[in-house]
Amino acid sequence: MTGKDEAELSRLLRAAIAGDERAYADFLHRIAVLVRGFVRRKIVQGGVDPEDVVQETLLAIHVKRHTWRPDAPVLPWIYAIARFKLIDAFRRRGRRIEVEIDEIAEIFAEPEAETVSERDISRALDGLPPAQRSVVSSISVDGHSIGETATKLGISETAVRVSLHRGLAAIAKRFGRQ
Amino acid sequence: MRTEDLIKALDADARDKAMPLDKAWWLAVGVAVVIAGAVFFATIGPRPDIMPAMHTMRFMSKFVFTLVLAASAFALIRALSVPGASTRRRMAWMLAAPLLVVLAVVLELFVVPEADWGKRLIGSNMMICMSFIPLIGIGPLAIFLGMLRYGAPTRPVLAGAVAGLLAGGLAATFYAAHCFDDSPLFVATWYTIAIAFLTGLGALGGRFFVRW
Repeated sequence: MTGKDEAELSRLLRAAIAGDERAYADFLHRIAVLVRGFVRRKIVQGGVDPEDVVQETLLAIHVKRHTWRPDAPVLPWIYAIARFKLIDAFRRRGRRIEVEIDEIAEIFAEPEAETVSERDISRALDGLPPAQRSVVSSISVDGHSIGETATKLGISETAVRVSLHRGLAAIAKRFGRQ
Repeated sequence: MRTEDLIKALDADARDKAMPLDKAWWLAVGVAVVIAGAVFFATIGPRPDIMPAMHTMRFMSKFVFTLVLAASAFALIRALSVPGASTRRRMAWMLAAPLLVVLAVVLELFVVPEADWGKRLIGSNMMICMSFIPLIGIGPLAIFLGMLRYGAPTRPVLAGAVAGLLAGGLAATFYAAHCFDDSPLFVATWYTIAIAFLTGLGALGGRFFVRW
């Protein structure tokens, strides 16, 4: 089982690095499942939303994929990143508790405040400069392609790619250890 | 944002490619050698009697210590900057340089009469040693910490300390060509202190500067 995963995933990532976008999408979907299982097993007493950790791990895998050596096994690399991000999420939550007292005060003062829990990553997305934010959300949330996004926003495809890349890098950096 | 949506964005960004980490490490160490060499030759430079000195065991032994330290630290830091890479073997190799120094110290204590031990230990320019090894090593250390940011060290403090050892080994290799004190007693004391300073600095850099 694991041996088959390993062979298949490293094949997909190698193909993705060589420029095969279909292989990359396939790779990301499969590791999302793996990492979700891993994180859910590890988070036993709540507090941290497993899906937040899954998303942060996927993002870290994306921006750090040049650290994987194509001749090395890919599963230990994936799990090491997931573990690092999981520890990070617990550490960050410990810090946020102090911050939340203020937020609660605001909620009391403002009865119509939204109570829907947002993903950490959406919060990071909101913090991006407007140009990057509109590109990243057009491709992710709205599901547009690079070309469609370029037409919709009236900018070149190259500009879309640059904004997307910088936006994702900036979100990843926000989740960095502090 | 749903995970499915995030994957769409990551996939659209697939075309962007960064330099493979290992290749970047070799490039970084090359740049670090050039910077350390430039600082060395612009400031103290090699000792005037370097040619005859190269025929002595004590002078050459300094390069064995420092180069073994640099090589083992370089091997280890490359593994430490990759998540999930096995580091145990490379960690064990870090003992090589200290063991060689200990062996040389023991031999020196046998060869040199006890009355001269103090003189050899104190040497003639320990202050220069303790200031120039960090001075030559600080540029390389900054480069190596930058490389750790480019990589993905899951133990950033340890990786930062190893960056300090690598910078220290490199700087000490240059400094050894200047230094007149060739006794292992001198090297084991003052070089160690200077390199430990860079190691501590590297660990701090790893703690506060290396985030991902």
